[in-house]
Amino acid sequence: MALWGRILPEEVPLNIAVCAKTAPDTATPIRTKADGSGIETAGVKFVVSAYDAFAIEEAVQLKEKGAAAKVHVFSVGDDEAINQLRSGALAVGADDLTVCQDAAAQGADSLGTARVLAAMIKGTADIGLVLLGNKATDFDSSAVPSMLAELLGWPVVTMVTAFSIEGGNFKATRNVGGGVSEVVTGALPAVISADKGLNSPRLAKLPDIVKSKTKPVHKKALADLALTAADLAPLAITSTFAPPPPRPKGRILAGDIDTQVAELVRLLRDEAKVL
Amino acid sequence: MSILVLCEQEGGVFKKTAAELLGLATSLSAGPVAAAVLGGGDAASLGAFGASTAYVVDGDFGAYDGDAVTGALAAIVAAANPTLILAPASYAGRDALPRLAARLGCGLAADCTGLTAAGGAFVAKRPVYAGKALVDVRFAKGPAIVTVRANSFPQPAASGAAASVVSVAFTPAAPRVSVSERLTPSTAVVDLTEADRIVTGGRSLGSKEKFDEVIRPLAAALKATPGASRAAVDAGFAGHGDQVGQTGKVVNPTLYLALGVSGAIQHLAGMRTSKVIVAVNKDAAAPIFEHAAYGIVGDLFEVAPKLQKAIAALD
Repeated sequence: MALWGRILPEEVPLNIAVCAKTAPDTATPIRTKADGSGIETAGVKFVVSAYDAFAIEEAVQLKEKGAAAKVHVFSVGDDEAINQLRSGALAVGADDLTVCQDAAAQGADSLGTARVLAAMIKGTADIGLVLLGNKATDFDSSAVPSMLAELLGWPVVTMVTAFSIEGGNFKATRNVGGGVSEVVTGALPAVISADKGLNSPRLAKLPDIVKSKTKPVHKKALADLALTAADLAPLAITSTFAPPPPRPKGRILAGDIDTQVAELVRLLRDEAKVL
Repeated sequence: MSILVLCEQEGGVFKKTAAELLGLATSLSAGPVAAAVLGGGDAASLGAFGASTAYVVDGDFGAYDGDAVTGALAAIVAAANPTLILAPASYAGRDALPRLAARLGCGLAADCTGLTAAGGAFVAKRPVYAGKALVDVRFAKGPAIVTVRANSFPQPAASGAAASVVSVAFTPAAPRVSVSERLTPSTAVVDLTEADRIVTGGRSLGSKEKFDEVIRPLAAALKATPGASRAAVDAGFAGHGDQVGQTGKVVNPTLYLALGVSGAIQHLAGMRTSKVIVAVNKDAAAPIFEHAAYGIVGDLFEVAPKLQKAIAALD
């Protein structure tokens, strides 16, 4: 490897790990179960979580530019998640998918999920970059990217809207809030979390979806990852799923526009007391 | 039980989330409340909001370095030994606090809007599916970390008390991620996630020019942060960072003014916890009106300038 490195310095054997999961389509209404144990999943369309789709697209573009050799996708999920990741990741250019379907992994909190992903990534050769969504569109925690970086001992840049690799270094633009962006640089390996604006994910073409059925899907048991169910027992225990409280019925103002505007300002000032 | 609160600063001044979180921590009556302060400043003043002790790591925390923030907080946690760590769901709250959770091996509940302490246990309430549902989070053991959405709790009145300041030693390693450039907007605004007032424009604006001409001045008149619906962002009227909704920012202002926003489920999910929602839309059947406290059925291009004038006339 070192010899090749000297002859062909461009040929860095960088492989990318993309962590991705499925979540209900964001256009889907969510109903909670009567007993509060979770959400009703019947009739809910699960898709690759929107931010993870940005991560997949970025990884595939890096591979297309020659900056990476392989794109490995890692997930925790059921068989339907595998189906969605076939069309959402393998059919758009990722090389293979590794999934842990153990019940303890599927029931883990963010830290447990990060432990499973870290173990899968450590067990894969030459991973120099981890890309994943800055949050999943189900639990919205924005926790796994930073937890994963901590477990791997790698630097992390979160909420990234532009990214490039040069040699063994990366350059990323991160959205730090208030309209402020920072351009940051560092050395690989690193963990990068994708924000909206990073790219526009492509849609898989039908022939590629067909071809993706022959791409490898590896299933890992906890024992393969040197983990036990006890390692993944949630430290943050989620329960009592409930719909948001209903909002009191509002009012539509009446009269011509001048009257309505005057009334609105009066109501905001005197009734709602927000002006 | 004891609670440690990360009190963030901007330009040497404590952010309002510091008072919100210290007030929340004090209201729980769950043991002593301490403040964690990075980079010095008037830490003793946090006593006014209920902190009995302020643990301070001195140094330059001006440019964000997640390694340094995580390390400094870990040093303060070792000194303070809290049962619960409260932090704002800010950039640092999302970037560094999960790392702290992984380092300490403790549970994290992110972006919470409620917190109670009963029978010796903390229970956090948080929106999931961008607010389409709420859940409770309990913790298997302490310490636990809870990050809190801005504007979820009132700022308490300041007392005359001062916190006793404890200096905590921490020497940061050389940064692994260096900031090479900082891109600031021409007009500084409060981030959407922390904004107290938001004016959002939708697809009906029709163009970036109209968005800039109608939404931004109205927002400026209201001292509000401008926002945009997904449709408006996808059409190029505003930047991705301006998007309110499930694939944009989830916001929690006191006043949310939506102009020409139909109220797609994706958008409603991102703003439904706003205290007072005002909708202006030509279409009386637009779903946004079902969530609005006050609605005007009318042309936003007619309403916005008149509203801007009426607000300017207030002060």
